[in-house]
Amino acid sequence: MASAPRSDRTAAKSTDPLRPADHIDQPVPEPGSGVAQPKLGLVGYLRFFWRQLTSMRTALVLLLLLALAAVPGSLVPQRSSDPNGVLQYKAENPDSFKILDALGVFSTFSSPWFSAIYLLLFVSLVGCILPRTKHHLEAMRARPPKTPVRLSRLVGHTEVRSGADVEAAVDEARAALRSAGYRVEPYPVPGGDSISAERGYLRETGNLVFHAALVGVLVTVGVGGGFGYNGQKVIVQDTAFTNSLAGYDSFNPGRFFTEQALEPFSVRLDDFDGHYELNPATGVYQPVDYTAHLSVRTPGTDWTDADLKVNEPFEIGGTKAYLLGNGYAPVVTVRDTSGAVAYTGPVAFLPLDGNLMSRGVIKVPDGLDEQLGFMGFFYPDPLELTDGTFTSLSPYAGDASLLSLNVYTGDLGLDAGVSVNAYTLDVDELEQIAGPQADTESIKLVQGQTAELPNGLGTIEFTGLKRFASVEFHHDPTEGWVLVFALLILGGLLLSLFVPRRRMWVKAVADGDGTRIEYAGLARGEDPTLAAAVADLARRHQERLERRMNP
Amino acid sequence: MTPTTIAAYSLLAVYSAAAVYVIAFIVSVVDLARRSSEVLAAQPLAASAGSVSAAGASASSGTTVAAPPRPPAAASATAVASPASRLQRVAFALTVLGFVIHVAAIVLRGVAASRAPWANMFEFALTGTAVIVGVYLLVSIWRDVRYLSAYITGLVTLLLMLATMNVYVDIVPLPPALQSAWLVVHVFVAILGTGFFALGAGLSIAQLLQARREAGSSSLRFLGGFPGSETLENLAYRVNVIGFAFWTFTLIAGAIWAEHAWGRYWGWDTKEVWTFIIWVVYAGYIHARATRGWRGSRSAWLAIVGFTAVLFNFTIVNLFFKGFHAYSGL
Repeated sequence: MASAPRSDRTAAKSTDPLRPADHIDQPVPEPGSGVAQPKLGLVGYLRFFWRQLTSMRTALVLLLLLALAAVPGSLVPQRSSDPNGVLQYKAENPDSFKILDALGVFSTFSSPWFSAIYLLLFVSLVGCILPRTKHHLEAMRARPPKTPVRLSRLVGHTEVRSGADVEAAVDEARAALRSAGYRVEPYPVPGGDSISAERGYLRETGNLVFHAALVGVLVTVGVGGGFGYNGQKVIVQDTAFTNSLAGYDSFNPGRFFTEQALEPFSVRLDDFDGHYELNPATGVYQPVDYTAHLSVRTPGTDWTDADLKVNEPFEIGGTKAYLLGNGYAPVVTVRDTSGAVAYTGPVAFLPLDGNLMSRGVIKVPDGLDEQLGFMGFFYPDPLELTDGTFTSLSPYAGDASLLSLNVYTGDLGLDAGVSVNAYTLDVDELEQIAGPQADTESIKLVQGQTAELPNGLGTIEFTGLKRFASVEFHHDPTEGWVLVFALLILGGLLLSLFVPRRRMWVKAVADGDGTRIEYAGLARGEDPTLAAAVADLARRHQERLERRMNP
Repeated sequence: MTPTTIAAYSLLAVYSAAAVYVIAFIVSVVDLARRSSEVLAAQPLAASAGSVSAAGASASSGTTVAAPPRPPAAASATAVASPASRLQRVAFALTVLGFVIHVAAIVLRGVAASRAPWANMFEFALTGTAVIVGVYLLVSIWRDVRYLSAYITGLVTLLLMLATMNVYVDIVPLPPALQSAWLVVHVFVAILGTGFFALGAGLSIAQLLQARREAGSSSLRFLGGFPGSETLENLAYRVNVIGFAFWTFTLIAGAIWAEHAWGRYWGWDTKEVWTFIIWVVYAGYIHARATRGWRGSRSAWLAIVGFTAVLFNFTIVNLFFKGFHAYSGL
């Protein structure tokens, strides 16, 4: 815990007996006192380790270790935030992947070594907070300490002579200090009287709140986060998603998640608007607005409209929905030679660039003589380049929008019962029957067109075009608590850094026909303006005495 | 005027500001060099002045009492051993002029884009460097830190020119992910934190140099015009602590925005990782100040490591690391 009263060393050596032994304001141990120790015994050792763990130095080293341990988490992709990046790393560096994976670097922030550091840090922290809280509660009830005999050694020591008597001087000192927010206590001194005052208890309160709130965040995130979940779903226009485990494309439950936590609701994508502006310098369209027009229904109610935008999630009960991505979903119909439909439906094509050139995969496992896989591109606003390939000029689709497909036959791997990514096609085991490696050219279609499939397998028709939105659903019952603790962290920090904790003394001693008045202060923690504050007190006190004597 | 024209004027102002900063930098360096020779001329005097860390700027002005003897513990004020030289005043005036032109560049950029002018890497650097100068000027009102003039103008010129030459982008509309009031709050407070950390690092560097000189292991004579290392340390602490408060706010505001835009308040995105690392390093710095054996030079090193991490976070992480905060616009 940080607060470093330098000047405390001079006068108030034992003011904070419960601070760690190596805190800057603690008395320096006698040299050699820690060396020739007798046997410690079990309890002795435990106490020794506890004191080591809760010392400032250990806390500091753990903090620095924590910063260091977080670095690998930014150097290699993390399973939590970038699972595809991890797979890619594995493919590109299989050897180093094995070593790094064994070290847990790909899940740095849940690895044993990272956890060990922050858990030790937090144990050390708790070991520091608890005694200090007790001590602070006592200090808040205690009276300001006795006025030191010699004020001249303290900060901003000022001595003046006044015509007022001791009683008046002490009266006015009490009033002046009270109005400045000090807690005051009179202490008679030989030949006069004095006022001892202290303020800024909020500094230590803030310090304790800050550190306790850190623990609060850790506990809330660690325990509370386990009750939530998040899941992603690609919703194609005019289709509805119902909140159930089977409905999600991908789903990440917390540790304590049960299916009852899924609130019953349905979401339908009615329409999707994307607005773009052309960047003349790069020729690429920049998105300026995405709006998914949804209909939402909970059991027993009718569909109600809701708009979903980036940065504007909407809430259904305790679940929030976020717009993560969008794109086009061409509708294709595959028929066999007799004209019977083997496959029909919209297929989400994932955008590859700002002009929504998109890539997608269509799988037709049944209904034809062979299993068919299509892999290709969708160009909303196609332009043929000189080498025969296409690009998209804008993200706006129209009559010319082009679907270009390579066709593969073979075992699509859908019968093995293993879950397969719907957006990829493993072509290693497949035979290309239309495309650059086949005798037949790839199939190119605009809306309404039909093409013959190679080998007399049937036909494929580009029947229509829909939009899709990929939506993330997120439920975290403890989010609000995390925010509360985060704000307490901020509030506690501001108090502990910027509220000065200081003691102030005014001593008045009869001296001939007048009074000798002394002022001095003592910093408790960083307090660069203490000398100015003492001077200010002296000035205001003089003014008050002045007014009292000459009303 | 069309936005393009205004943006062109903004860029012109950027170059002008950089030119003025360069002159200010040269004048500051000449000033430091002159101080070296002056100190050399007045060697016996300087030797005794070296141990006196400060006189009180926080003197009890306005009191009717006799001036109190200043206790050593209150030596928080700065007192440059030699009064502000003519060159130093010229450098300061030039810095103010550069700052005014710099702010004009930012305002023009904001007008041209009709939004907060810190939505990509170039704009962040443009505003960030102005805030560094702004913090320096602001702190100058409170304490005389003009001895850092060469550091500030040098750093700012370098960053500003690197940004303009390497990461300049034309004004483009704000992507939907950035269309939020949090862009104004979260990013600007991050910039403010950076500004205070930059000044704090400068003070810590000066402190380290001064501490070496005080220990007799260095003979950098221009440091004769600098306050003592303890005064520098206290001042660096005040400045870094303000930066730390802003940084804490940046983290929290960022988490709130991330919850709003990405559906999670914390996800160990690379930028989040580095913002966290910086926060922890400065937390370590604050604790080091309260740990016996870590005060002084060790804690100063932590502040410098912290600011290095800030620069790393802004440059290397932006350009070479993959993550959600991919808004450099490049």
